Amino acid sequence: MIDIIQILQYSFIQKAFISGSFVAITCSSLGLFLVLRKMSLIGDGLSHVSFGAIALGLFFGLYPLYVAIPVVILSSILILKISEKARIYGDAAIGIVSAVGIASGIILASVSRGFNVDLFSYLFGNILAISNNEAILSIILSLIVLLVIYFFYWDLFSATFDEEYAKTTGIKTNFINTLLTILTAITVVLSIKIVGIMLVSALLILPAVTALQISKKFKTTLFLGGIISLISVILGITVSYILDLPPGATIVMLNAIFFALALTYKKITKN
Amino acid sequence: MTNIIDVKNISYSYGKTEALKNISCKIEAGDFVGLVGPNGGGKTTFAKILLGLLPFDYGNITIADQEITTFNNFQKIGYLPQKHTGINPIFPACVEEVVLLGLLSNKKYQKKIKGADWQKVEDILENLGIKNLKGKMLSELSGGQQQKVLLARALISNPKILILDEPSTALDPNSREQFFTILKDLNNQKKTTIILITHDTGYIGKYANKLLYIDRKLVFFGKIKDFCPSGEVESCFEKSDKHIIWHQHN
Repeated sequence: MIDIIQILQYSFIQKAFISGSFVAITCSSLGLFLVLRKMSLIGDGLSHVSFGAIALGLFFGLYPLYVAIPVVILSSILILKISEKARIYGDAAIGIVSAVGIASGIILASVSRGFNVDLFSYLFGNILAISNNEAILSIILSLIVLLVIYFFYWDLFSATFDEEYAKTTGIKTNFINTLLTILTAITVVLSIKIVGIMLVSALLILPAVTALQISKKFKTTLFLGGIISLISVILGITVSYILDLPPGATIVMLNAIFFALALTYKKITKN
Repeated sequence: MTNIIDVKNISYSYGKTEALKNISCKIEAGDFVGLVGPNGGGKTTFAKILLGLLPFDYGNITIADQEITTFNNFQKIGYLPQKHTGINPIFPACVEEVVLLGLLSNKKYQKKIKGADWQKVEDILENLGIKNLKGKMLSELSGGQQQKVLLARALISNPKILILDEPSTALDPNSREQFFTILKDLNNQKKTTIILITHDTGYIGKYANKLLYIDRKLVFFGKIKDFCPSGEVESCFEKSDKHIIWHQHN
């Protein structure tokens, strides 16, 4: 108990808690829409793109996340356009763009020969090492994403539940789809500092699928996913600090435990 | 009677395959139209064109005195899609949330939901006798219950036109009779114009006043009694397969 009170006094822990909480809620909110649209892997694909974008930033000596945000947003739109225009399924479009992202990162890392250590630090993230600017950026961008979800909540719900019907009620579903993809791109970049490129999609998928095991109402599922995500980030940071474990991986493992518990609960209550 | 839907020479192709050619019809306010034709004959395509879901190649459509290309009175049209079986089984949508989606056509950005909207949901569920399902997850309901919930969603905005795509396929005979009685009451009491896609020609003879028969081209449009003076609609359809009637009633 003393340990926990003590660690709360460290400013880097406070920063990690605050920025982590915002990103956690953003990820779970967006993740629910992605999971229900069978677009769970877009987070994985875009995180691979961010690997290339971060390498690009390091290559030109620019702040990597500032480069990653526009590049990943453009790539997310590219995924949408490829699947529309080339008439291929979304997962194939994600595969194409993500492979190009990884390949670009590897080539840039190989050509530069100087920033491999920096680049690989983004693969696993470390929320405990988040800077003031990064914390502020993640809070502002999280707030923007959450506000957009709040503003377009019913449009997103309707277009996710039945896109064709949503169109008949005047909802601009193409706009909503593009909006959701752009929000995902921003959220993926935000999550890199917390869990790293390798584990970003877990932060998007796991809280949502955990909440889906328990709740029967959309709004409740959305809130429940947020709470699960928040607890896993706060608990993950604390546990990782106390046990000297990598925070990103700890957060993901806690999410996986919550998912297993929710599955068990569902099975018990069903019987 | 005024024309609520005016379709002039509509053609539509899926790639190089012509799905509809030169379809014209004038549907009057308060009509109950049975839309029939063989599988692949273009019934659903025609309905989707009326709903603005498919952009037609040629022709012109006016709905409630507004060109379809600029149509924005979405609350005037209620739609019950065919694919209720395609409901995502893991989607955590409860009945009241699903029915509320029908009210979004009345709202601009930001779509704020008020207490009065939830009251409308309660009212429509009560009218259709399914208030007890309010908090249940849609995917947990039977096919017939789901169909009633989706009908409630289509009716909640109090539409002038109701388009239903094969609504009776998931229903048992009792529910089917009950479902068609609800439609007939709407048509009689509220003068809702109904366009019903179905293969069930017996029900068309019983409930519809007009027939729109499409097999990629217009086969027949007009009053049921002109198509089938004997009143034995099912047997008239059997005959019409052999001797297609080319008739247009405007």
